[in-house]
Amino acid sequence: MTDALANHLIEEVYRLESRRVFATLLRLLGDFQIAEEALQDAFIAALKQWPNDGVPANPRAWLVSTGRFKAIDALRRQSRFVHGIDELADQLEADTPDFAAFADDDIEDDRLRLIFTCCHPALAEDSRIALTLREVCGMTTEEIASAYISKPTAIAQRIVRAKAKIRDANIPYQVPSAAALPERMNAVLQVLYLMYNEGYLASSGASLTRADIAAEAIRLAELLLTLNTDLAADTEISGLLALMYLQESRRDARCDAQGELILLADQDRGLWDHHAIDKGVALVRRALKDGRYGVYSLQAAIAAIHAESSSAATTDWHEIVGLYDVLLRLNASPVVELNRAVALGMRDGPQAGADAVNAIYQAGELSDYHLLHAARADFYRQLERYDAAQEAYETALAYAQQVSEITFIERRIAEMKERQANCRR
Amino acid sequence: MKYLCLVYGEEAKIAAMDDAECMSCVEGLLESGHFIAGEALQSVETATTLRIRNGKTTFTDGPFAETKEQLAGFYLLEARDLNEALDKAAKIPPARVGSIEVRPIRQLQAEAQT
Repeated sequence: MTDALANHLIEEVYRLESRRVFATLLRLLGDFQIAEEALQDAFIAALKQWPNDGVPANPRAWLVSTGRFKAIDALRRQSRFVHGIDELADQLEADTPDFAAFADDDIEDDRLRLIFTCCHPALAEDSRIALTLREVCGMTTEEIASAYISKPTAIAQRIVRAKAKIRDANIPYQVPSAAALPERMNAVLQVLYLMYNEGYLASSGASLTRADIAAEAIRLAELLLTLNTDLAADTEISGLLALMYLQESRRDARCDAQGELILLADQDRGLWDHHAIDKGVALVRRALKDGRYGVYSLQAAIAAIHAESSSAATTDWHEIVGLYDVLLRLNASPVVELNRAVALGMRDGPQAGADAVNAIYQAGELSDYHLLHAARADFYRQLERYDAAQEAYETALAYAQQVSEITFIERRIAEMKERQANCRR
Repeated sequence: MKYLCLVYGEEAKIAAMDDAECMSCVEGLLESGHFIAGEALQSVETATTLRIRNGKTTFTDGPFAETKEQLAGFYLLEARDLNEALDKAAKIPPARVGSIEVRPIRQLQAEAQT
């Protein structure tokens, strides 16, 4: 084999297998740092040996076995300086796994262990996301930092702190017991949901969508769904994945060539990804039919209605308001109330919408949420109350942080001023 | 591995709890082999806080920090890992009215750390 070919193959194996190999090494070695070094050493060994000896029949097993051997070797070398390391190396050597009987199922279980550990509820929420992107998805701290408009040092610190807690508090590397599973799965789904939302609509900064993070969230949800069908049965993985597919289907229609935001009602529905819509609709149908729906399936059902309507006018707003009512009963939150109020306005007209949104505004919880003011403004605009609309858009502008949203609101403010000038003429 | 479960809560709410329920919780933890030690504390009104600064010892009446939720008791548990410790801590009755802080025990190092 030529060196170039071998190197290319090793790069491919690295891309596809490195996080899997890492997950297994972490189980065998019990420490993030040692496992990461073992992974790097295993690939360095592959770069040396594969070009001469050829790629092994089972590269994954070869890498795990080599990485583990290298780690024990490294511990032995350190044992002259660090007390107690010899015992650790002895212990690791004693439980030598049978690499010949290395089943793919074991590897997949290790990936699950890694996901559940990184999404452990005892870790801070933003640490869970950073740790999952780093350890499960293999993103670098620089990539994570640029996606979250944060400094690489801040992200690295978050990850270091989380790993220290995993080690010092002894958070186990395991798939939770059946009794704890539904609750723990919710914590995993929440991490994926937050990851996806951040990837879909960035909360601040210049880029409206961060396709990488969204794609990773979808990939992990798909992985969870295929890894273990028992896991899927009692949880909302399919509902969440459906929601992601349906949101994702609108990605190309959400901004214009200049990167400016286009609202759902104004989007070119021909640009929607119908393959993604079909996948999402099929999943949400299954979730609703089982009757075990929850917050993600309900949001997916709402997204499915939008996805299957040919325009905003022909959308079944009765059905959407009804689904929001069910959602509010399961999980009352001011943001859900706001979404319901907007749907109500579409069903019963802009005055009803403005009244409903104003009621939420007066309750006070969302008074600094830019989308609440944008919704008020939009209903006033439809009612041709351009002065009130302008004022509400200006309040929205004060709270908006994301560049394409700011541009959108500024354009609307200019439009409202023009309309008022025309009225006076 | 050892974990200390610190029981915090508003004193009036903790005081309103049934001691018998806490005793049966301890019995359960003893039977399953998780209980090492545990006690309920008298009210913070009985607390005295001591400090030594520049070789001088001072005493103040009251707890270390004046907060709404006070330390009301502790359980020292033996558990395989954090998941088991959290599982046992969830059975401590005041968890329903207050909070349980679960902290792993640190081994003091006899030798100098490298």
